[in-house]
Amino acid sequence: MKQFTYTITDPVGIHARPAGLLAKAAKALDSTVTIAKADGSKSAAATKLMALMGMGIKTGETVTVTVEGGNEEANAAAMEQFFKENL
Amino acid sequence: MQVATGKSILNGIAIGPLRIYKKAEVQTSQTSGLTPEEEWKRFETAKETAQAQLAALYDKALDEVGEDNAAIFEIHQMMLDDDDYLEAVQGIIETQGATAEYATETTGENFSAAFAAMDDEYMRARATDVKDISRRVVNILTGAGDAAMQDDQPAILVADDLTPSETVQLDKSKLLGFITRHGSSNSHTAILARTMNIPALIGVDFDDSWDGRTAVLDGYNHCVYIDPAAELLASMEAKRKEDLKQAALLQSLKKKPNVTLDGREIKVYANIGNAGDVGLVLQNDAQGIGLFRSEFIYLESEDFPTEDAQFAIYKRVVETMAGKKVIIRTLDIGADKQAAYFDLPKEENPALGYRAIRICLTRKDIFKTQLRAILRASAYGTVSIMFPMVISVREVRDAKELLEECKAELKERGVSFGEVEVGIMVETPAAVMLADELAEEVEFFSLGTNDLSQYTLAIDRQNPKLDSFYDPHHPAILRMIKHTVQAGHRHGCWVGICGELGADQKLTKTFLKMGLDELSVSPSAILPLRKLIRGLDLSQEEE
Repeated sequence: MKQFTYTITDPVGIHARPAGLLAKAAKALDSTVTIAKADGSKSAAATKLMALMGMGIKTGETVTVTVEGGNEEANAAAMEQFFKENL
Repeated sequence: MQVATGKSILNGIAIGPLRIYKKAEVQTSQTSGLTPEEEWKRFETAKETAQAQLAALYDKALDEVGEDNAAIFEIHQMMLDDDDYLEAVQGIIETQGATAEYATETTGENFSAAFAAMDDEYMRARATDVKDISRRVVNILTGAGDAAMQDDQPAILVADDLTPSETVQLDKSKLLGFITRHGSSNSHTAILARTMNIPALIGVDFDDSWDGRTAVLDGYNHCVYIDPAAELLASMEAKRKEDLKQAALLQSLKKKPNVTLDGREIKVYANIGNAGDVGLVLQNDAQGIGLFRSEFIYLESEDFPTEDAQFAIYKRVVETMAGKKVIIRTLDIGADKQAAYFDLPKEENPALGYRAIRICLTRKDIFKTQLRAILRASAYGTVSIMFPMVISVREVRDAKELLEECKAELKERGVSFGEVEVGIMVETPAAVMLADELAEEVEFFSLGTNDLSQYTLAIDRQNPKLDSFYDPHHPAILRMIKHTVQAGHRHGCWVGICGELGADQKLTKTFLKMGLDELSVSPSAILPLRKLIRGLDLSQEEE
């Protein structure tokens, strides 16, 4: 299992477009990717667009991203890159 | 005459009969005579059809409103493939023995309610998107269409709410404007209306008696007049014709290069005074923003705006411009532009006083906050920084040094930023005289002809007694512009004008001959200017 944290800089938070892109990117990986709020109150699989949007993650909030199974090393790096570029 | 108010999402006028659109009540029977497997099969087939429709809508929107705005239909496709959504539909079919349409409708309502209950305005607006995709599938399953939205006659459409897909599907030749009871200016429907240039009003409380009556939708004043009085109708008609003329001009010039008949190219950018003007910039098809007067952020604020607050504004503008250049002029406050919290002392001669870069270089904390905010926004598009009121090389070096400090600070914080082009306003005679030296320091010059005229001619433009002495085309000014262009080009700087003179059509040919690379004018002046440029031939001698 690989994990990293990321603080959202997009002013609208995790909104429809990046959530859609994230779901698409996560589906392409051979690992299970989970996004959780830093306080652990909510989490969702990165492949689930509506659940991601439903978390209502705002700008400035920190999320924990967990990558399990498959090529964890490479997939975690890919996810980290995705967050930096899109969120 | 009856007047109703709402919130306008586009400055425009529509005149015509009102047509109330009521969504067809789709009767879905809950219990199915088929097996759950058969119902699921029906759903899957309908979903595939819906996906194909959405893909087609995406293409249509891509063509009409551009990639960023079309993205919503891509998201709709993804939503319709969402695991949780599909599981919910399947669950209802299996556990309740329900029809596919009942399961879809119920799932749509449940998901939509979840979004509607969120505390974030943006997410609440997404409730419409979920309803939109669910309704599409239900319509396919029940054979109901949305054919009844429009008559053969052009009309102003009145509805409780419009989904993004309904908006894109509407026949624009028969849609004069639309009025809705619900919806937010944040919704995709509003964004689409804006991009498609359809006058629209939201949050209007209407009743059924409106159907068929003549109305004027006045987007400029956020209201609709039902059965308008004759003279109001006439004045609105005249205003609408003006708008149409502008729209026709836009249509003829859109995406065409600004080249003279003999092949000389010049960029035409827009001047903006606040973030809300970006809509106008796009509507008038500007190639970029040549002057973003950042001081409005300070003037509209009660205290020094924070880095984050400024960043959010710059980023919004930069993202909306989608890669086109945005030149942000750093704080130009003082003289006639005062904000109380700056606590600037009264001056005998404010035009020659403590203002612009002079404040920035002495109040470095304020300046650096702004520079960091601009730098951060540069990660989202193409940003240039421009310093105002420069009179010496030292000022430019000092400002650039502070900019470097800000970059280092951001790097330390792990915050990303892009490449930022640096330039200055040339608006003092001193800057003109030193143009060669200054050009070594920066990548572009933008001539601020208003201040340059005032300082060169020693004439206060506010004083009506001086009108007979004031000549906007004074040869001294024109020579200064020419000198600045030549000096800039000698050192690899591009040179533009962002003052009023830039929009002066009597000088356009002169400016092109001088070799100016850019003219930045108010949004409404862009299209007429571009039309003029495309008709000029510099190789022809003056008559």
